[in-house]
Amino acid sequence: MPDTHAQSKAAARRQKSAEPDDLISVLGPDNRKDAPTDLSPDELTKIYAMMVENRLVDERMITLQRQGRIGFYIGSVGEEAAILGAALALRPQDWFFPCYRENGVALMRGLSLRNYFDNMVGNGEDPVKGRQMPNHIAWRPANYASVSSPIGTQYTQAMGAAWAAKLKGDDVVAMSFIGEGGTSSNEFHVAMNFAAVMKAPVVFMCRNNQWAISTPLSRQTASETFAVKAMAYGMPGIRVDGNDLLAVHRVAKEACLRARNGEGPTFIEAVTYRVLGHSTSDDPKVYRPDEEVEPWRKKDPIERMRIYLDARGLWDAKQEKKLREDLDVRIRETFAAAEAAQGPTIESMFEEVYARPFWNLDEQRAEAESFGTAPKH
Amino acid sequence: MPTMNIIQAVNDALRIEMKRDPRVVILGEDVGKFGGVFRATAGLFEEFGDKRVIDTPLAEGGIIGAAIGMALYGLRPVPEIQFSDFIFPAFDQIVNELAKYRYRSGGQYPAPVVIRTPVGGGIKGGHYHSQSPESLFIHTAGLVVVCPSNPIDAKGLLLSAIRGEDPVLFMEPKRVYRAAKGDVPEGDYTIPIGKAKIVREGDQVTVIAWGAMLHEAMEACEQAAAQGLRPELIDLRTLWPVDIDALVTSVKKTGRCVIVHEAPRTCGFGGELSSLIQERCFVHLEAPIRRVTGWDTPFPYTLENEYLPRAPRILKAMQETTAYEA
Repeated sequence: MPDTHAQSKAAARRQKSAEPDDLISVLGPDNRKDAPTDLSPDELTKIYAMMVENRLVDERMITLQRQGRIGFYIGSVGEEAAILGAALALRPQDWFFPCYRENGVALMRGLSLRNYFDNMVGNGEDPVKGRQMPNHIAWRPANYASVSSPIGTQYTQAMGAAWAAKLKGDDVVAMSFIGEGGTSSNEFHVAMNFAAVMKAPVVFMCRNNQWAISTPLSRQTASETFAVKAMAYGMPGIRVDGNDLLAVHRVAKEACLRARNGEGPTFIEAVTYRVLGHSTSDDPKVYRPDEEVEPWRKKDPIERMRIYLDARGLWDAKQEKKLREDLDVRIRETFAAAEAAQGPTIESMFEEVYARPFWNLDEQRAEAESFGTAPKH
Repeated sequence: MPTMNIIQAVNDALRIEMKRDPRVVILGEDVGKFGGVFRATAGLFEEFGDKRVIDTPLAEGGIIGAAIGMALYGLRPVPEIQFSDFIFPAFDQIVNELAKYRYRSGGQYPAPVVIRTPVGGGIKGGHYHSQSPESLFIHTAGLVVVCPSNPIDAKGLLLSAIRGEDPVLFMEPKRVYRAAKGDVPEGDYTIPIGKAKIVREGDQVTVIAWGAMLHEAMEACEQAAAQGLRPELIDLRTLWPVDIDALVTSVKKTGRCVIVHEAPRTCGFGGELSSLIQERCFVHLEAPIRRVTGWDTPFPYTLENEYLPRAPRILKAMQETTAYEA
């Protein structure tokens, strides 16, 4: 006898995945004031201020890169809700494995703006000691793992950390981010498969911002959505409006609860849009028409939250003005201090390759130090 | 002292450390109930359970990526890569991630993972069960690379590796997995990482080898001694950090050097050793440093004994280098 129950469940799953337009939204197109959320007014204004801080920091850093004061920048303009909304569902003991646009999460979890800017200039006070380019930070006090540029490796490591937490019996969830381009990588497949098989308490976030440098999402997958991929691995695949902070927070929180209840991983595709270039190193006008970008500017996640908060009477123009003015001053002053700080020592280049330097590193350090600081090129 | 082969010594070390340190977990393909294709983890699943001896899906990148996450979280994972020929899907995770994690995080996140993997040819395994990829990993800043030649060193070095703070590639010479036997001390002991061992003392020519080739070199040294030569044989044991002092002391004494390894010659570790020695012993050298290695070909199936640097080739190099006059 065929298992009709299992068959109908499978049919129901197929049915669900066959609706790519099924996009979870809470704010809705009108950012209605009665949108349900379990975030308190205080939490709402705080996360809104964090989004604005994230945006102003990004904008300022891009300007500084244009001025040649920092070497590189990769930000999250237009993707703040997808990133911060998800990470807002985490608790202090949870772990976060970033892709490279999630620096706002480190700030939200306690990294000081000063230390973030220390990383921008790569000075001696940089948490990663000037060893990685801007935006490639790590921040252990917040269980914020190290950023690497190769696509997808963090997904697999997040699965491992979550699995370790489960083996130890700890009430800990790991969350990781990937771009939609990263879903084409071997790491995506491996991480999703291992996590589902091992029922690891991990939340896989995907920022579908529709562009991987110049490669559109149509070159990443022939699937109707990225979320449907989750079904094949045996985990729920959720598709959410990534510019709707309340919706992203809700689905991320549900995924965290599933993980904590021993129900394993969840994959969440947050549909958003990369309104700027990939980084400061490319000009998107070369590979995509401006007309495509314009509708997304109107769906700006920060603007949508502001309208919502305003309608609820939690925010007004005066508060907005003060927030932006205060942030502007704080960003300028903090960056100036970071810029004035000393660079890393030559000695520090040879430290922490291993727990203790081997003989070859001691020899080479002495040789490097004998030349002192090199001329700038 | 019980007589053990290398597999039994590895198994003994894993059992000792799993008993001592609850953070140690083993993961890999077929390592659980089956005990590993070479039986190195036999009995550990029964003793420590499926939470500490874990059969994984078949993806080396997943095994190493997971082990990194586990190590960051605070465990001491000892993943097994079934054959070192299969390590390449994990190359990015090892080279860009594992080896760099401490450094690139500013020292915030050490990643103490010990990857065990069988290496080398001579078992009729063809290209995909015979390679010796050590130089790729020695070239990678941030990794320790170990390759014992006998069960006593295998046990002591593996215990040191798991207790250390650095990621280690622990290469096990599969051709002598069972053939290399020895009286292995019972219980807990360690052999320090980074220390070579003089296996045979002499003053005429230094022979450097490790892993399975140590045994070929030993045979060549015995034949050479029978002909009246006085070779000094060094077992590197740890490939990186190499015991430079031991090499320099020996070559300054002998003035001549033969380096033996299975991997292809070009960009093999022998080239680096030769350079290190030449830089430090130039005025002591009486002859060019010789390399006796695998050929610069893929590892062949039928002709594996013609590929491998067997004793006759090593002996000839020793004879030529000792006879050399400028």
